Amino acid sequence: MRAGVVVFPGSNCDRDMAVALKNAGFDVSMIWHKNTDLPSGLDVIAIPGGFSFGDYLRVGAIAARSPICQSVIRFADAGGYVFGVCNGFQVLTETGLLPGALLRNAGLKYVCRHESLTVRSTNSAYTGGYSAGQQITVPIAHHDGNYNLPQDDVARLFDEDRVAFTYDNNPNGSVADIAGVLSENRRVLGMMPHPERLAEEAHGGTDGKPFFANLFDQFVSA
Amino acid sequence: MKARVYVMLKNGVLDPQGAAVQHALGALGFDGVSGVRQGKVIELDLAGTDADAAKAQVTEMCEKLLANTVIENYSIEIV
Repeated sequence: MRAGVVVFPGSNCDRDMAVALKNAGFDVSMIWHKNTDLPSGLDVIAIPGGFSFGDYLRVGAIAARSPICQSVIRFADAGGYVFGVCNGFQVLTETGLLPGALLRNAGLKYVCRHESLTVRSTNSAYTGGYSAGQQITVPIAHHDGNYNLPQDDVARLFDEDRVAFTYDNNPNGSVADIAGVLSENRRVLGMMPHPERLAEEAHGGTDGKPFFANLFDQFVSA
Repeated sequence: MKARVYVMLKNGVLDPQGAAVQHALGALGFDGVSGVRQGKVIELDLAGTDADAAKAQVTEMCEKLLANTVIENYSIEIV
């Protein structure tokens, strides 16, 4: 099973992401943003956290227009699995692969702490290892995590069971406490919290581990 | 030729920075400021001389990069 982690100038969670994927069993390739082609045989692509291109213009905006992202979009359009965490979520909304946009936190402050989430949808390769309604603790660390979406679209996301996670104590003003969303085909996921930061005993918790374990199993059983 | 692009959050999209500026103005004693919206201005130096062509080109730039039309509106001024 092969996973690729895209690296932009300013990415800073790329290696943590690679470790979490490796620990789950994936063969991991790092993919530099200037590449136009993806490594062959990838099962899943991760867009990691950080401050790609300094977050200039808008968070994730420049990264979403980089050469590699055009290949990531084609990969997703062809039914490929792509997930983005934190800045990766911002990048995926900017590409249009996920709906909505992430704005400055309502409290205007950078927030870095462990956050309690509720798993809303278990119907995805990423969330199938949790039970519906399960509360998990996952770290957040962001300044622009305020998920914004028109109300009609929010209702649609819930109707279509595409809200992966919600915050139990909304830290950033996100609409309907949304912390993570799925694409229409359920293969693209974006979330602000960092499951890779709480994925082994040494991290002080393992609530992020089922995320990667289930993702790996998805491809083993496929 | 110069083009100036104004990018603003759409009405209805919460602008916490604008709200903070409004609050600070109130703290400084400026009464009667009933709303503040903060946006950005992007100035472009363009090689061409045809204003209509420039406007069309800058519109494309806005759609592809300069604005996120999910949350932002833009307007273009050719100077």
